[in-house]
Amino acid sequence: MSAEHATGATAARPVLAELSVGDVVGTRTVEVDRARLVRYAGASGDFNPIHWNDTFAEQVGLPGVIAHGMFTMGAAVALVEDWAGDPGAVVDYQTRFTRPVAVPNPGVATVEITGTIGAIDADAGTVRVDLTVTFEGARVLGKTQAVVRL
Amino acid sequence: MAINADFAGREYPATAPYSVGREKLREFAAAVGSTHPAHHDLVAARGVGYPDLVAPPTFAVVVAQRAEAQLVEDPEAGIDFSRVVHADERFTHHRPIVAGDELVTVLHVDSIVERAGLAMVTTRCEIFAEAADDAGERTPVATVTSTLAVRGEGA
Repeated sequence: MSAEHATGATAARPVLAELSVGDVVGTRTVEVDRARLVRYAGASGDFNPIHWNDTFAEQVGLPGVIAHGMFTMGAAVALVEDWAGDPGAVVDYQTRFTRPVAVPNPGVATVEITGTIGAIDADAGTVRVDLTVTFEGARVLGKTQAVVRL
Repeated sequence: MAINADFAGREYPATAPYSVGREKLREFAAAVGSTHPAHHDLVAARGVGYPDLVAPPTFAVVVAQRAEAQLVEDPEAGIDFSRVVHADERFTHHRPIVAGDELVTVLHVDSIVERAGLAMVTTRCEIFAEAADDAGERTPVATVTSTLAVRGEGA
């Protein structure tokens, strides 16, 4: 692992007292192609064919292959991990899956992620980061909240 | 086949242990784009205070879905997977998952609610470290709650 990566682990962590509700903790763009879905299928063990087989996806009424909701959920929280400086600081993470992300072939589906401080609990030493996750201008996840211990 | 609402309230015996491996954590982290070095580099993970590589926040789904298969793949439950969409998911981490963990899972079917041609099936996986603590209790590691929406016939 490079020295650059090793430095990231010791980067300054956010200080709860310096945060305010509404602060943007970061933004990120994730480009999703079919290879990414195959990779996630293998890594997660979720081999539902709606995520890799157009014929099957269309038979069950989808426009074609769609991304795993769990892929999108997992990709979105990486933003919070990096901001927190410690992946294990994410003590609670939830979402609703509101719209599918259709992934073209060939091509990419571009997912935009923004994290904002939604609540601060000074007594518990936690903050809630609310994630806005959009594709083609519409939200694909709802009530996406990560509670981070700082 | 219709959903069998009798499964609501069911609790399954603990699963066989899932062994959390370093390469699996690296593979999963790379697949979701979690580049934090504590997922990939042992020295970095120890620098953040972990005994080994730490799992990304959604990794527990890998463990949970093996337990959920007991319900989803049971023909008696009547869940037609071609009619299923994932409605929601929640991870509550009682402590971080790290490489080397041996995890067992107890699956609970919290509710099965049918309305307007949809059946909402909510499961809860209680994930424990297999090794008992000094008091002889399994250590809670994570709670994974998931809801599947199953479209009815003709819906």
